[in-house]
Amino acid sequence: MENQEIQKIVESWSDKLEFSEEGSEFLNVTVPAEELHEICLKLKDTPELKFDYLFCLTGIDWGAELGVIYHLESTEYRHNIVVKVKTADREDPKLDSVNDIWRTAEFHEMEVFDFFGIRFNNHPNLKRLFLTPDWEGYPLRKDYVDEENMVIK
Amino acid sequence: MEQLTNNKIKTEEYFINMGPQHPAAHGVLRLLLTIDGEIIKNVDPDLGYIHRSIEKMCERDSYQQIVHLTDRMDYLSSHINNGAVCLAVEKALQLEVTDRVKVIRTIFDELTRIASHLLWWGVMGMDLGALTTYFYAFRDREMINDIFEETCGARLTMNYYIPGGLMFDLHPNFVNRVKKFLVDIKEHLPEYDRLLTGNVIFQKRTKGIGMLSKEDAISYGVTGPVARGSGVHCDVRKTHPYHAYDRVNFEEALLPEGDTFSRYKVRIKEMWESISIVEQLIDNIPEGDIKVPTKAVIKLPKGEFYQRVETARGELGVYINSTGTKNPYRLKFRSPGFSNLSVLNHISKGGKIGDLVAIMASFDFVIPDIDR
Repeated sequence: MENQEIQKIVESWSDKLEFSEEGSEFLNVTVPAEELHEICLKLKDTPELKFDYLFCLTGIDWGAELGVIYHLESTEYRHNIVVKVKTADREDPKLDSVNDIWRTAEFHEMEVFDFFGIRFNNHPNLKRLFLTPDWEGYPLRKDYVDEENMVIK
Repeated sequence: MEQLTNNKIKTEEYFINMGPQHPAAHGVLRLLLTIDGEIIKNVDPDLGYIHRSIEKMCERDSYQQIVHLTDRMDYLSSHINNGAVCLAVEKALQLEVTDRVKVIRTIFDELTRIASHLLWWGVMGMDLGALTTYFYAFRDREMINDIFEETCGARLTMNYYIPGGLMFDLHPNFVNRVKKFLVDIKEHLPEYDRLLTGNVIFQKRTKGIGMLSKEDAISYGVTGPVARGSGVHCDVRKTHPYHAYDRVNFEEALLPEGDTFSRYKVRIKEMWESISIVEQLIDNIPEGDIKVPTKAVIKLPKGEFYQRVETARGELGVYINSTGTKNPYRLKFRSPGFSNLSVLNHISKGGKIGDLVAIMASFDFVIPDIDR
């Protein structure tokens, strides 16, 4: 399905979505945090879309906001969409987990929690996956400083 | 004695650490097993023993430097990993490499795949108690390493691809040596089949073990030979062709069974397909430049770029978020091993510890690829 047709379907679900194709090969949609789970569920379950394969889940620090980027593909139709979600709370960021929709998200969300400190609601096993449990701070955030272990050029 | 025959021995669950120094993990993978007797109740991976935070380092490095970090991830697919970053940068710069580069990259990628699968084959046999396979596999893998060494000077961390082309031209011996290798490997692979594939013990330990359904494979983001062993059409070389894969004929190895043995057969079939791809190209390497000049300091335009390639383990994705400077703002490697690992708990529950070793062997984990 072409990007415009996908956009048409997704647009009708909510009026708080922002679409963009600028500077990206995929159709990007920014979703408000409170609607994330619902939109994702629809993306997977709508028969014309069937985004059943979450091939990349990226945590990102945009400076003022923290966010997660979901790259989705349909294994049947081979079309793609990128879902973005942001949270402005840097102290205790919380987003809904999508691990019940795509099981692979369970591990990827643990990784995002480990490096960006975003907590995922309804995650079955949110723990430090790579770093030790007593590690302080979240290393992939832009404001993380570790004078001992980091080489800054 | 009566208790034993009635099978009423009182058991209780307990924890056991498998790794981080376990010979069957081939690296520093630590699995926290909850077991009851020998039955696995839960597998909880604990990672980070070889985590180097490559993604954070990338935010500091130039794009040429990033290529060098990638073969420290999945060191058995180093050419293919290099290619992923090079392709992403070329896509962002809208740089079209020459035909010669495309064909040479395809040949190198496929030789890498054969080398990686050979090592996996040897190790899989070894994990299941057939040590002989290890020596045979290394004999053939050695030939590929020698071919690589002659052209790019390295045997493991190649750094042969650069954004825009290749570091050096082919060594004059390259074509002849590859042809000789193809003759040898075509003779050896049927021997390997006779040695291991038909072995009764091997089949009993792999058939029907670690069943993975097609739906689960997609939902868990499993890719590569593991997913194709469950019948998922996911070969990036077919679904999103890159390099010169759109001009060669090959078949995607697909088997529907979804057990450990079918993952084994997929990889064997893939070796034959890779041989066929190299055969189609080795006599037809076009003349031309080996690199398209790029600026000494590469700056990508503002935007987001995604490139995926098929490594020997599955789909490797590179996501670059650029703000227009000489470093990426955020770079994410979607590594095949990490996603494949997430399904391990699901499919090994209820099995025995010995089965877990067989399942892990069929997944072909490379731990630095999982940890990054």
